[in-house]
Amino acid sequence: MIPLYWYVIFAVALFCVGLFGVLTRKNAVAILMGVELMLNAVNVNLIAFWRYLYAEPLFEPSRGLTFVAIVFVAAAAEAAVGLALIISVYRRRNTVAAEELDLLKG
Amino acid sequence: MPMQIFFLIVAAVTLISAIMVVTVRRMMHAALWLVMSLFGVALLFAMLEASFFAVVQVLVYIGAIAILVIFAVMLTRRMMDDRGPQTNQGWWVALVAVLGIFGGLSAIMLSWPRLQVGPGIRPADNILTDFGTALVNPGQFAVPFEVASVLLLAALVGSIYVAVDHKGGKG
Repeated sequence: MIPLYWYVIFAVALFCVGLFGVLTRKNAVAILMGVELMLNAVNVNLIAFWRYLYAEPLFEPSRGLTFVAIVFVAAAAEAAVGLALIISVYRRRNTVAAEELDLLKG
Repeated sequence: MPMQIFFLIVAAVTLISAIMVVTVRRMMHAALWLVMSLFGVALLFAMLEASFFAVVQVLVYIGAIAILVIFAVMLTRRMMDDRGPQTNQGWWVALVAVLGIFGGLSAIMLSWPRLQVGPGIRPADNILTDFGTALVNPGQFAVPFEVASVLLLAALVGSIYVAVDHKGGKG
């Protein structure tokens, strides 16, 4: 039997690794990869809680699954728009390093 | 007991792949490590008896998002070459902050008795049928489902508009 907190601790660790990538990476594509890791950690959390606490018919199990499906849709939309922005920026400024994108700096 | 060992192996592989994603120097290798990490998460979904989402994870994340990331890496290649440091100078500040967040969250989670439970009742066999009906039932989740589809359509159109070359040449 795997206790629920194993999954939760795993999700916390995965989220922190993704956060570290977002905070430290220079390349914008790598920052996006960090965001993907964080979203995956959230999904692991949601599905673990669904399976352990709310899979009984009493709680209407499709609720938790709908939540996860919406997160998947948001992640897909985020990846598509983010990568399109990166490619557009690369075309205009010839860089994908986050620190060189300072048009708003004034 | 075998399930716990399997969980530990999968979790370790996933976390190590994730650490490689954020630390490895070459972007293409990072993208491939990301695929490995996403596979590990798909295995965890399968262990949690969310078979539908295990398949969706493989299809959407590995089949679509990871391929999109690899395309972006290849398209933006020669500028941000794999030489030189790939991380900011203040990376150790981020490391300290992230370790602090991890320690704090873990301590809180471990002290919460509700999280010590084992798995509850197995989901019913017709859970997928219920889920599919719930997504199109106006009394349940038809509206969020449609909003999600509109969001996807808007993201699709928007990303095409953003990424298209408006000047018709090399800008």
